[in-house]
Amino acid sequence: MLKLTFLTSITALIVLGLILELLRRRQLREKYAFLWMSVGLVVLVLGFLPRLLDSVADLLGVASGVSLVLFLGVIFLLLVCIHLSWEVSRLEEETRTLAEEIALIRTEFTRQHGELAERRQVE
Amino acid sequence: MINNKRVLIIVPAWNEAGCIGDTVREIRSELPGADVLVVDDGSADDTAHVAQAAGAAVARLPYNLGVGGAMRLGYRYARSAGYEVAIQIDADGQHDPRYVPKLVDALSEASLVIGARFAGEGTYCVRGLRRWTMAVLAFVISRMARTKLTDTTSGFRACDRALIDLFARWYPMEYLGDTVETLVRVARLQYRIKQIPVAMRNRTAGMPSQSRSKSVLYTGRAFFTLLLAVGRR
Repeated sequence: MLKLTFLTSITALIVLGLILELLRRRQLREKYAFLWMSVGLVVLVLGFLPRLLDSVADLLGVASGVSLVLFLGVIFLLLVCIHLSWEVSRLEEETRTLAEEIALIRTEFTRQHGELAERRQVE
Repeated sequence: MINNKRVLIIVPAWNEAGCIGDTVREIRSELPGADVLVVDDGSADDTAHVAQAAGAAVARLPYNLGVGGAMRLGYRYARSAGYEVAIQIDADGQHDPRYVPKLVDALSEASLVIGARFAGEGTYCVRGLRRWTMAVLAFVISRMARTKLTDTTSGFRACDRALIDLFARWYPMEYLGDTVETLVRVARLQYRIKQIPVAMRNRTAGMPSQSRSKSVLYTGRAFFTLLLAVGRR
């Protein structure tokens, strides 16, 4: 039991430290800061008190608090993955628009360049 | 000008340096009244230069987006330059530009005109599962568009100003999205669709894949695309 608490609390500290460091270096966007800070705190609390959710687990019919945490963790990760796919799709749509924009500008530039050269030849 | 309309021919091309020159020259000699825009879809070869040398305007995408991506760029170009008709023609030379005036004529009765294979003219044929898939697509989309369509995956199409506006804002990039999904959306929005029978020529390079597993994959993706398109509002 003490060994388990040791393992989970160390892990929680490492995760929280990583999140804080990324936030400090501004490597995570503001909109994710709150989410990951909350996740870090939950992990920290559960890391030091892995039996905290035993009563809640009992109430829900889950054998132990640890299994409940595992279950919620998997659901949470699934949601994060779906969210990231959505973000990537949105980003692809944005880069697509940018790519089109660049192509249009390049075409217009070539056209004007050609016109200018023609005019110079006439003169 | 074709029939007093400013017409833009959009040719999406990806690594087609081998045939794009001939295709552009043929379009220009058959249709002196139309402008040609080749959309170079991130080619690694000389497609852009060859097309430019042949006399087309070229829009070069910085990386490959697929036919749908290239076409939306084409429609954006058409919209900003004020063209009244935009026509898609494949770079590989399978679409005969001599049918273009017919497509433009038909635009007086519809907003979208498809140059269709399997409609009597020509001998283009597809067998097996792929043929069956195309038949089901044609049946479903015909019902939605309330007109007989035999070839919903044809890339030979003409559209008017209203649809240039729509396609400049919205044109799917996914596989088959550029053909099947656009038809579903256009039919839903109550635009009229019409088909004109055309004969396809043999591709100058490459053949459509005919292997069994590819046909199955094609069928799966086609129906997936159709279901999503029908389910969208």
